[in-house]
Amino acid sequence: MTVAIAQPVVALVGNPNAGKTSLFNALTGSRQKVGNYPGVTVERKAGKLPLPDGRIADLIDLPGTYSLTPRSPDEAVTRDAVLGHLQGERRLDAIVAVIDATNLRNHLRFVLELRRLGLPMIVALNMVDLAERDGTKIDAAALAEILGVPVIATVAVRRRGLVELGAQLAATLTGPAPAIAASPEADVRLLQREARMIANTVTLAQGAQRRWSQRLDRLALHPVLGPLLLGLLLFCMFQAVYAAAKAPMGWLAGLVTQAQDALGAGMAAGPWRSLLVDGVLGGVGAVVVFLPQILILFFFILCLEQSGYMVRAAFLMDRLMARVGLNGRAFIPLISSFACAVPGIMATRTIDSPNDRLTTILIAPLMTCSARLPVYAVIIGAFIPDRPVLGVLGLQGLVLFALYIVGVLGALVAAWALRHSVTKGASPTFLMEMPKYQWPAPRDIGIGLYQRAKAFISRAGGIILISTVALWAMATWPKPPVGADRPALEYSIAGQIGLALEPVFRPIGFNKEIALALVPGMAAREVAVAALGTVYSLQGTDADHAEGLIERLRGTWPLPTALAFLAWFVFAPQCISTLAVTRRETGGWKWPAFMFAYLFAAAYVAAGLTYWTARALL
Amino acid sequence: MSTPHLIERLRPGEVAVIAAIDRAGLDPQTAERLHELGFDEGVDVELLHRAPFGGDPLAVRVGNMVVALRCQMARLIEVETAA
Repeated sequence: MTVAIAQPVVALVGNPNAGKTSLFNALTGSRQKVGNYPGVTVERKAGKLPLPDGRIADLIDLPGTYSLTPRSPDEAVTRDAVLGHLQGERRLDAIVAVIDATNLRNHLRFVLELRRLGLPMIVALNMVDLAERDGTKIDAAALAEILGVPVIATVAVRRRGLVELGAQLAATLTGPAPAIAASPEADVRLLQREARMIANTVTLAQGAQRRWSQRLDRLALHPVLGPLLLGLLLFCMFQAVYAAAKAPMGWLAGLVTQAQDALGAGMAAGPWRSLLVDGVLGGVGAVVVFLPQILILFFFILCLEQSGYMVRAAFLMDRLMARVGLNGRAFIPLISSFACAVPGIMATRTIDSPNDRLTTILIAPLMTCSARLPVYAVIIGAFIPDRPVLGVLGLQGLVLFALYIVGVLGALVAAWALRHSVTKGASPTFLMEMPKYQWPAPRDIGIGLYQRAKAFISRAGGIILISTVALWAMATWPKPPVGADRPALEYSIAGQIGLALEPVFRPIGFNKEIALALVPGMAAREVAVAALGTVYSLQGTDADHAEGLIERLRGTWPLPTALAFLAWFVFAPQCISTLAVTRRETGGWKWPAFMFAYLFAAAYVAAGLTYWTARALL
Repeated sequence: MSTPHLIERLRPGEVAVIAAIDRAGLDPQTAERLHELGFDEGVDVELLHRAPFGGDPLAVRVGNMVVALRCQMARLIEVETAA
């Protein structure tokens, strides 16, 4: 008699781009990030899968891998989970091997390797709709018979085959899984040949595959048009960040000002009014208005990730990356770092060479992340005139694009320098699968944007609010003595810190307000803007609230200082999350300390050069 | 008649069959990954694209899959065309 397992553990395993995460999301109702390039999922994700017999299975989504012999840290996670070596993890009761019906030969080889483990297994023949569209017909029953395991046809994105898969799982999960049969070592070539034979047998009709994908590649990978298209895509992204966000940002800024006015009028003067008007609204409000820009940026990056274009970009960039000692694969985490360096650094787990990976981690913060957008936007809004260039392009968008380019060039120079010093060593070759193009799914884009918006708002309400209020308190007390002749701020704790730091930053053109804003900016880069908002809001009169931070800066800072501040933030190391994730990924404080030091030095030099050049020229 | 060739010398649209892979020229892990990506003796390949700025790396169709690899590695793969 078999004893049903009460809470079975089931893992989704398969090649990259088989659609494991889409299937995982569809089965568990989760909202994990999906994408169309190898390495979207770099760690194990767990969810609950209700089975038709009432049991609830723990479903585990694992990074895609081509075999159980890992080449990179993310693939090692999959191997360890499948073999039951993962610490603190229960052993698997069954495997769902997810395979792409349009690429049967290659994906079947991995199924054959998995089958040798002797674990209960179900094959999810995914993306059958794409295969049918190409005119490919696969005999799933014959495949099941040859493999000796159940085969269920699925279309994860259209929720087809999910019920059948659940029913099959319930039927399969009857008793405890047998111990894993000997080592999974197998001659890859033998498995490959067997897989090809099986694929040929079960494929009833072979369609003309991927014609439109190949046609698109003729443009995207064209020796001349390809790089132009890549440049154009990135350029449009940064222009859109400015142009399309303008109206919604205006509404948000209007709301913040209205709230400040209403509170200012409705409350008696005193510390509470100051806290709400100057601290909370002045600080957090200065950051929240950038939500539209950040969402537009994420929209572009999500589309690039889901369409499959990322690997094309890596292909186009490989030559350039080889010059600085990296390979094209490193380009993908770097583009993701435009959104945020933290997922970018985690995405480096797909890089097999430890030296390449470390180099990519160290330069990832040079990719201008979305947290720097508010800083750039405030300064650009205040000091760069909003006028058209060449008829259609905005000067402000152009300057923003230039800042991104400077960051990228800085990253390339840094990579070159690192590869010739601290991360010296052979560079591995570039070898990567190019998945077929796919339309970005509106639902996945929507989920991605929603999660981003939620994270941004909770940051604004969390760390940004806390550091802003702390700064407000430090900038308010102690009060100046009676008969003080200097501004009140200079007597406060924050003012004294600012004054103490000012000599360090004076050579590069920074005033004490900037020096002061850089300190809480460590918590998160946007806080620098919030801090400036609070500091200037405290110094101003009630009438000044109406004009906002941008107008205040315009009247206070000389242009060279503003430009130096922009240059500082291209390299600025201030972000505790980045340093923390670097510590986790490199296993110690050595590399985050190094990262902080070299970025600080680079930021100081860049700001200084900008300041003195601008002073000489203007 | 078939003539030995290198992938990078194939004309666009020309389909060839892999005749030999020089596994000794690769470290074992990379050689294995090449097989995992579908390269094997007897499999059909086609050169689809060359990267800008010097034609390296290459985008190669191997079986049903498109794989990007550098010329240096592609030179270890000998192909034959029916010519």
